[in-house]
Amino acid sequence: MAAIIAKGLTKIYDNTIVAVDHVDLEVKEGEIFGFLGPNGAGKTTIIRMLSTLIKPTEGYAHVCDHDVVREPDEVRRCIGIVFQDPALDDQLTGKENLDFHARIYGLSRNEREKRIMEVLKLVRLEDKADELVKNYSGGMRRRLEIARGLMHYPKALFLDEPTLGLDVQTRRAIWDYILNLNKSKGITIFLTTHYMEEAEYLSDRIAIIDQGRIVVTDTPAHLRSLVGTDVITVGCNDHQRLKTELEKKDWVEKVSPHNGSLEVYVKGGEGKIAAVVKIAEDIDVNIESINLRRPNLEDVYLHYTGRSIREEGNADGRMKMMARRRMRR
Amino acid sequence: MSSANFQAIYVLWLRQIKRFFRARSRLVANLVQPFFFLMFFGFGFGFIRFEGSLNYIDFLAPGIITMSVVFSSMFAGVSVIWDRQFGFLKEVLVAPVSRLTIVIGQTLGGSTLAIVQGLTVLGISMLLGAKINLWGIIPALIFMALIAFFAVSMGLIIASRLEDFQGFQLIMNLLIFPLIFLSSAFFPIETVPDVMKIVMLCDPLTYAVDGLRGLLIGSFALPMYLDFIVVVTFSAALMLIGAFVYSRCECV
Ligand SMILES: Nc1ncnc2c1ncn2[C@@H]1O[C@H](COP(=O)(O)OP(=O)(O)OP(=O)(O)O)[C@@H](O)[C@H]1O
Ligand SMILES: [Mg+2]
Repeated sequence: MAAIIAKGLTKIYDNTIVAVDHVDLEVKEGEIFGFLGPNGAGKTTIIRMLSTLIKPTEGYAHVCDHDVVREPDEVRRCIGIVFQDPALDDQLTGKENLDFHARIYGLSRNEREKRIMEVLKLVRLEDKADELVKNYSGGMRRRLEIARGLMHYPKALFLDEPTLGLDVQTRRAIWDYILNLNKSKGITIFLTTHYMEEAEYLSDRIAIIDQGRIVVTDTPAHLRSLVGTDVITVGCNDHQRLKTELEKKDWVEKVSPHNGSLEVYVKGGEGKIAAVVKIAEDIDVNIESINLRRPNLEDVYLHYTGRSIREEGNADGRMKMMARRRMRR
Repeated sequence: MSSANFQAIYVLWLRQIKRFFRARSRLVANLVQPFFFLMFFGFGFGFIRFEGSLNYIDFLAPGIITMSVVFSSMFAGVSVIWDRQFGFLKEVLVAPVSRLTIVIGQTLGGSTLAIVQGLTVLGISMLLGAKINLWGIIPALIFMALIAFFAVSMGLIIASRLEDFQGFQLIMNLLIFPLIFLSSAFFPIETVPDVMKIVMLCDPLTYAVDGLRGLLIGSFALPMYLDFIVVVTFSAALMLIGAFVYSRCECV
């Protein structure tokens, strides 16, 4: 069963800016669906449409089997959301913000107390709970927002760059909490992020979106395999002999010397390291170093959007990206 | 209406009360203005005599109460612009409650504050010598509440169309002030030229002021049932329009 379905979903702002361009997607119930894309790709706009904050210009979307335009109240009853930009009342304390949320989401008194304590603990804000939010640091605000989003158990949870600007410790804790929510409560999670690591760690499937269009959707493992093979880099005392020997094996795609070591291109790298070592031993070549590089999501992202995360935003990066696009065509 | 909706109304109400009492300057500003109006106009026009034993300050007090209830409520409604700027409005608009519930919660919060303010102004005007019919205060509270519902909803509707507070200044000057001045808050409707009388009768606040004045100092210019019907109709209509506007607008 699908928790979220979109067909031909389109949003045009002010009759000119095409933010989302005929997007089709389907998120299964209980799935964690990761959404990756450069700034301005349309991720937040999609979440806004799915959460009934804005109306699609074209196409339709169903969340929990309810149409986001015709049955917005029903959709809202089944979702939770952590926004990308701040959405706290800074004249209230942290705890009052959570209490507001709990009540407006109809949690019972017992549940309310329990959940507020739980999420405060998760984001390590127990000490600051009674402080006005306007005295919070940026990271503390972010943590409070996440805590709030995780407080009621929705059927579908939208997380728009949830861990942006958080320290590593907190991020880890939140990832594990999200995974746990997903496993134990079967909550469907729709996540956007710029962190490859986050997408890869959490998502069952990932969609890459660029300029309002989804360019590819697949599992992280499969996406990785799409962009190429693993590379085993070997340093040894006789490159030539090892190269000749390796090239005889049919599982080796290519061997090439590079920076004083050998690069061996194979499929399924981890299973082949032992074999490479064995071959070297058999022909009496001493291995000095060996390591495996697997293509990561960053490469996938680069492949599909023509730009790396780090390049975004600076003009130089844009130029390079355009040049690369032209080359690809 | 389900209990979840009651919770939502309660918490929206509570939030407004908390915020109000944490912003001390607003508290003071809201009382100083009506005080000045009562002082300066009340004594400045003190020479004016009405039939019977009415003084100008008696006549003025219900008008100034209406004015401060309208300003305070309007402000509560329009403060949604801030919620939008600080992003909090999103949190409210994705909550699992109907738009009407949100408008009701917001309206009750703003109205409570406005009524407290109206009562304070009533107290001030009594201190300044206005002769108030004490038995009229209870029914007058109902009138104040209706005026507040009307004005909060109007503020909410205005806020949904505005990007920032600059626009609100303009609306204040072009809409709210004329509504107040034409409402018979400052001068009686009986003595104005016919054309102006017609205009004044088109202003819903005229009925609000007249109702309050009748209840508080016993001087109606219009039938009380008419005052009541007009005020109820307008406040209900504006609340419904508010709910409709917020169910349509992409105001996040
Ligand atoms: N309210 C708006 N009015 C007009 N244009 C908008 C509005 N919101 C977003 N846009 C435009 O729509 C496009 C998509 O924006 P969106 O916020 O969905 O991107 P995003 O993928 O979430 O980016 P980021 O990674 O930076 O958060 C951008 O070109 C943006 O300028
Ligand atoms: Mg975004």
